[in-house]
Amino acid sequence: MISHAEPLGWHPPHLAHHFDTPRQQFAAGKLGMWIFLLTEVLFFGGLFCAYAVYRANHPEIFIYAHQFLDKPLGAINTAVLILSSLTMAWAVRCAQLSQRRGLVLCLALTLACAAVFLGIKYVEYDRKWEEGLKWAGSYAPRQVREPIPPRDPSLPAFPPDHGHGSEPRNVGIFFSIYFAMTGLHAVHILGGMGVIAWILRRAVRGDFSADYFNPVDYTALYWHLVDMIWIYLFPLLYLIH
Amino acid sequence: MQSIDLPLESSPVGAGGYAAGEGRGELAHVMPARVLVAVFAALILLTILTVAAARFDLGPANLTVALGIATVKATLVALYFMHLRYDSPFNALVFVTALVFLALFLSLTMLDAVQYQPDIRSYETAPDSGFLAH
Repeated sequence: MISHAEPLGWHPPHLAHHFDTPRQQFAAGKLGMWIFLLTEVLFFGGLFCAYAVYRANHPEIFIYAHQFLDKPLGAINTAVLILSSLTMAWAVRCAQLSQRRGLVLCLALTLACAAVFLGIKYVEYDRKWEEGLKWAGSYAPRQVREPIPPRDPSLPAFPPDHGHGSEPRNVGIFFSIYFAMTGLHAVHILGGMGVIAWILRRAVRGDFSADYFNPVDYTALYWHLVDMIWIYLFPLLYLIH
Repeated sequence: MQSIDLPLESSPVGAGGYAAGEGRGELAHVMPARVLVAVFAALILLTILTVAAARFDLGPANLTVALGIATVKATLVALYFMHLRYDSPFNALVFVTALVFLALFLSLTMLDAVQYQPDIRSYETAPDSGFLAH
């Protein structure tokens, strides 16, 4: 069968010259993506650290301020993001099976879910803005709520002469943490939408098949990490007890 | 007539330098559709569970339960949506390394974080600190 041997230097069209095999190329790209995700975990880690330190020292602020967050909207957004992860994982499956129409549909659905997520986030931010619930320094609530008494009676009650009326002091710092964490997350959603739109354009063009779907897979890994971070943000910010 | 696969199959290590069968075929594990749907259903159920759990007063366990459910969800995402279960263990090692360093970062900071609270409190309560004027 030597007559069918590939001409010298022939390689599959998507194989870059510096890789031996498509498999090696795929594995190398994937490892690179995972290392990027490692830096992302540590990037968000700084904010999780700020959250942990502040909550450990001032649980009363978190217990009080989380009442202002909209739990139903937060839960809906969690479901929307999980759905977008499903459609993104399905997009990878379609690409692996060379299902071009399925791939385009799944990517479009993922983009739509991301847009819904940001739309709901906008509604939430807008309401916080209207109610004066901004970050420390600009925090000026229109309405003060009844403080929740500390569960642990050994904890000091809120000093009544501090802050805004009967509020605990420094509630604004909760909103600083809230806006920083959800804001950085939203920026990641925006970035992901840009990349998914580019992948979608390439999918429409017919760039991907079972032989080459690497960018779809790497983008999906990033998207799932963004979903994973929200999986922690939702209970930590909205479901404080 | 001839499939484009043939050249690859004909040579154990082709002139391009790759072994037989490596040019085509599966680059990675294809996730069955029912696994994807099952993982999605589990994630939604766990979301409902974590919202429901927050309604009950479990004392300090509320935070543990919330983080526990979140970790189960994140594990499902990593293992199935991100293919880690079927992937090269080296990628899992990279991810676990990130988590180990995150844990180190958080725990070492937390060791120190509470240390300064007495000083801050005494500063806050000092009558001439100006802090109360806030």
